[in-house]
Order: sequence, then C-alpha cells, then structure tokens
Amino acid sequence: MAEAQNIPVGSTTAGTIAVAAESTVATRMSAPPSFDVADFPVPHGREEEWRFTPLERLRGLHDGTAEAGGVLTVEVTAPEGVTVETVDRSDARIGRAGTPVDRVAAQAYSSFEKASVVSVPKEAVLTEPIRIAVHGEGGTAYGHQVVELGAFAEAVVVIDHTGDAVLAANVDFVLGDGAKLTVVSVQDWDDTAVHVSQHNALVGRDASFKSVVVTFGGDLVRLSPLVQYAGTGGEAELFGLYFTDAGQHQEHRLLVDHNTPHCKSNVAYKGALQGDGAHAVWIGDVLIQAAAEGTDTYELNRNLVLTDGARVDSVPNLEIETGEIVGAGHASATGRFDDEQLFYLMSRGIRAEEARRLVVRGFFAELVQQIGLPDVEERLLAKIDAELEASV
Amino acid sequence: MATLEIRDLHVSVEADNSTKEILKGVDLTVKQGETHAIMGPNGSGKSTLAYSIAGHPKYTITSGTVTLDGEDVLEMSVDERARAGMFLAMQYPVEVPGVSVSNFLRTSATAIRGEAPKLRTWVKEVKTAMETLQMDPAFAERNVNEGFSGGEKKRHEILQLELLKPKIAILDETDSGLDVDALRQVSEGVNRVHASGEVGTLLITHYTRILRYIKPDFVHVFAKGKIVASGGPELADELEAEGYEKYTKGGVTA
Repeated sequence: MAEAQNIPVGSTTAGTIAVAAESTVATRMSAPPSFDVADFPVPHGREEEWRFTPLERLRGLHDGTAEAGGVLTVEVTAPEGVTVETVDRSDARIGRAGTPVDRVAAQAYSSFEKASVVSVPKEAVLTEPIRIAVHGEGGTAYGHQVVELGAFAEAVVVIDHTGDAVLAANVDFVLGDGAKLTVVSVQDWDDTAVHVSQHNALVGRDASFKSVVVTFGGDLVRLSPLVQYAGTGGEAELFGLYFTDAGQHQEHRLLVDHNTPHCKSNVAYKGALQGDGAHAVWIGDVLIQAAAEGTDTYELNRNLVLTDGARVDSVPNLEIETGEIVGAGHASATGRFDDEQLFYLMSRGIRAEEARRLVVRGFFAELVQQIGLPDVEERLLAKIDAELEASV
Repeated sequence: MATLEIRDLHVSVEADNSTKEILKGVDLTVKQGETHAIMGPNGSGKSTLAYSIAGHPKYTITSGTVTLDGEDVLEMSVDERARAGMFLAMQYPVEVPGVSVSNFLRTSATAIRGEAPKLRTWVKEVKTAMETLQMDPAFAERNVNEGFSGGEKKRHEILQLELLKPKIAILDETDSGLDVDALRQVSEGVNRVHASGEVGTLLITHYTRILRYIKPDFVHVFAKGKIVASGGPELADELEAEGYEKYTKGGVTA
C-alpha cells in the first residue's frame, strides 16, 4: 500500500536519501509530547528528532541558555468581525491544538509571556485575509499565537516573518466543525535569523485546513507542522516550498496524526537548493491509528539540487495500525540540475540564467498553482526569480 | 548560403588526470541544402566532433577553426551557437525535470527566433509537427525526456529540428536504438527539413541502415579522429559490403 520511490542524486551532489527503518513515531521521540520543557532531556544531537539539526546554530534554544530579551513585533491586521486579543499565559484558549513534540517547542511554551489570539466567529466568511506580520529586530524571543475559527467560518491567514530574530514559538490553529482555514506562513527572514516553530492544527468535524509553508530565509529554520482531527470528515492539505541557499539549514518536520475515522490528508513539499552547505531536511510522518478507519492520505517530497555542495535529507514515514483505509502512500525523490541539463537547454538557444529559471519555475509551478491565492502565487514566483538572480 | 567550415580541428578531453587527443585534424565543409553522412566505427571520435561543434564544456579545442558564414563558432557560448543557426540532435537527449515539452519548445523557439511566436499560430505549428511525427499530443505536457522511450526521445529531437529550422543540423547517431517504424518517421522528418533547401545536414551514424531512408550527397569515413575517405553515396554501399576494417587497420590512416 505504501509506495516509496527514491531516485538518488548524482554522486557529485553529496545528496542523500534515507527511508526510515523499522521504528515508530513514538519510539523516535526523545520524550512523549509535553508542555513542560523539563520533561525533555537537553538534546546532544544524536537523537532521531535532532540528528539533522546543527544544534550549535540554535543559539541556546535547545539547552535553556537562550534568554528572552529580543525585539520582536507581531502586528495583526484583520477584517471587521475578527477579534484580536493579547492574553496571559493562563488563557484557556492556549495550547488546545497540540502539545509540544520536542524540547524547543516545550521551551517556547514554558517561556512565552503573552499570547496573541485571533478569533473568527462562527459562520463568518471573510473576504479579506487576516495578516500577521512578525518582525524581528534582533535577540531572542518566545512566542505563542492562536487562530481559532468558529463552526462554518472561513478565513485565510497570511503570516509573514521578516527581519532578524532567534525565535521559538508555537502556533495553534483550532478549526470548528465545517470551518475552512487556509494559512500561508512565509519565512522570509534575514540570513542571520533562527526560527523554530511548531504549527498545531486541530481540525474539526468536516472542517478543511490548508497550510502553505514557504521558507526562503534564515540561518536555521525548523518548522514542525502537526495535524490532528477533532471529528470525522476532516481534511488537511499541507503544502510547502523552500529555497535553500548556501549555508542555510531549512528543516520541515510534518506529523499528521490520523486519530479519527474518515479523515483525509495530503502533503506535498518541494524544495530547491543551491550553494555550498545548503541543507534541507524533510520529515514526513503520517500515523494512522487503529481507530482511524477510512483514512485517505498521501505525502510527497521533491527536491531539486541546483549546484554541488548542497545536501538533502528526506525521510517519509507511514505508520499504519489499521488496514481498513481508503488509501495511504508516500513518495520522495531528489533530482539534480546539472551541467548536462544546462548544456541541453543552452544548445536550444536558451541562455543559462533563463534555463535555470525555466527548470526551477517548472519544478515549483504545480505546487504553487495549488495554493489557490493569486496574490500569494505571484509573490512566490517573483521571490523564486529573485532567489535565482541572487545566486549567480 | 550558410556554410559551416571546419578546418584542422584538434580536440582533446581530460580523462583520469591525463589529456587525450580525440580529434586529430578534421576538415569538412557543409553548405546549406547539402546532406553529409559521417560514418565510422565506435570510438573513432564522431560524437566528439558533434559535441565540440555544439560547444560542450567537456571538450577542449586545442587547435583549428570552426566558422559559420565566416563567424567564429568556437568563440560563441553554447546558446549563441544555437541562435546563430546550429542544431545538435543528441544521441542521448538529457532529461530535464520540471520543464514540460511545450514550455521547453516555446522557450527555445522564442530564443532562436528572437521573439515569442504568436500563440495561435505556434500551437498549430507544434500540433502539426507532432502529428507528422506521429507523436501523442499528451507528450507536450510531459517533462522533457523524462521517462521517454528511446524512440520518443529521438522523435522529440527531430520535432525540435523541424520547429527551430537551423541552418546547420548535426544529427548524432539519431538512428541508433530505433525500430524500423521509428527510424522511418525520424528519417522522414529529416528529409522534410532537407527538402526545404534551408538546412545543411551532418548525419553521424554507425550504421548504413539509415541511408536507405536518407540519401546523402556526400559520405565521409571517420576513423581515428579524422576523415580518412570522402565520396558520394557509393561509398556507403562499399561500407555496407565491406565494413570499416579497411580504414581501421594500421597504415591507411597514418
């Protein structure tokens, strides 16, 4: 039922693919999910969930030495009818969508002081997106963000991350029954930023959650989207796009927990890499629990390595505890844009930079088209072009 | 009339930390409208000639000249050569992930012609060319050469030849690995382009089989890095009957 497809890259790429061996999502965690940082040991780097991450570049987020004191602004622009509040740690709406799965997420949960809560009332259908601008001016910050939609509400949320920060955060998305939420999270940080964040979605009965994660910037970005279902008939689509440049570490670790019958999930992440030391990590864990009969899930990761010196680690993992499902599959492949491809395109009159653009745009196009938000799509394509131009 | 002139071309490659000379003084003139067949055994340097003219970075030109209507081809980048009117149909066309055939064809036609072809006429042009080569229309939406069969790859090369209308076309073993049907269709494509009178063709092949479908004006025997004999179509008949042995044995080429 599960289909793994691996096309190793050329030997000069230093790209590798590893498919998870016999182990489970639970056994690979250093500790069970917890809100308390003390429940997680300080990672030393060989743990399954940390082995791809350069700990020395986390600036102490993982070992308790990173003290808050940075300047980080969170500006929420929302259409009428939406409530935006800044609340204390004690607010009951915090932490409902999911529990931290690693030490940095727990550290963020244990350390944040104020949370921002954005609420869309039931049956409200927004015609304009809610925009959340997160901007760092340097230093360490811990954050917590909640977005909740009442039953049958529909909204688009665009979260932009810019500037410089060392940020650890949790973001909760709580979808009421029949609600529809699209979240676009853009990591357009300066090249010095460190961003570690867990995105928790709790998808209500017959609700649809669409997540679009776009990572361009940062020195180290590590995002852990987690999806769980609160009722039957829920759907989650998780799209991701990353462009990893020289020296950048960009890691996306997805966990879709099919804990409820008759829910769907579809994951598609694509990344392009270029330059020395560019490192992209993609972990796709899908768990189909015994109770989750009628599950339909698919996950895909594709990487395009544009130059030598870049590295991809892609680990899809499907764990199935019931056979009574509609479908389950995964695919992961890493290909490389090499001199022969460049020669082939140029031998047809196409200039080198145009050839590169053609390949990268083509690679991302299918995914970009699935976003369904024209202004976001245009912005992404423009950003991809800019990344390519900056490279040569 | 466009003329490709190759004079005393010497080419070498780097292999295992040593430099190996592969072309040892090639002289050849190809004029628009002419078809030249270059025939020779494996390892004689035929493909090196093709790729060197196209500008593949693997090959180093150590001496000699290649000009197209007097312009120095060797000074041009790979894409400039194509825009100047050179075309290489490759023996092993390269897979390009993420780029659809239709996007690729339009981008290269735009580059070669200097402006984007008008969409309406372009769509018709591609459709007609694909039909003539008996290519499935669904082909246009596949990624360039990805998962193509040997025959599909070669048809795709000839499709480009027909759409890009070069002045000089080099076909590097376009016939190898084709069944008879595919060979016929590909040959018909080459003949259509030739019939326009606008293209000079350099047909590189190991086998005489393709010459049943494509009639060359000139036949050259290639051995040990240079042309060792030239003649008319009758030379191909001789090769078919007697093979390359006469040319590969020591002495003759020295």
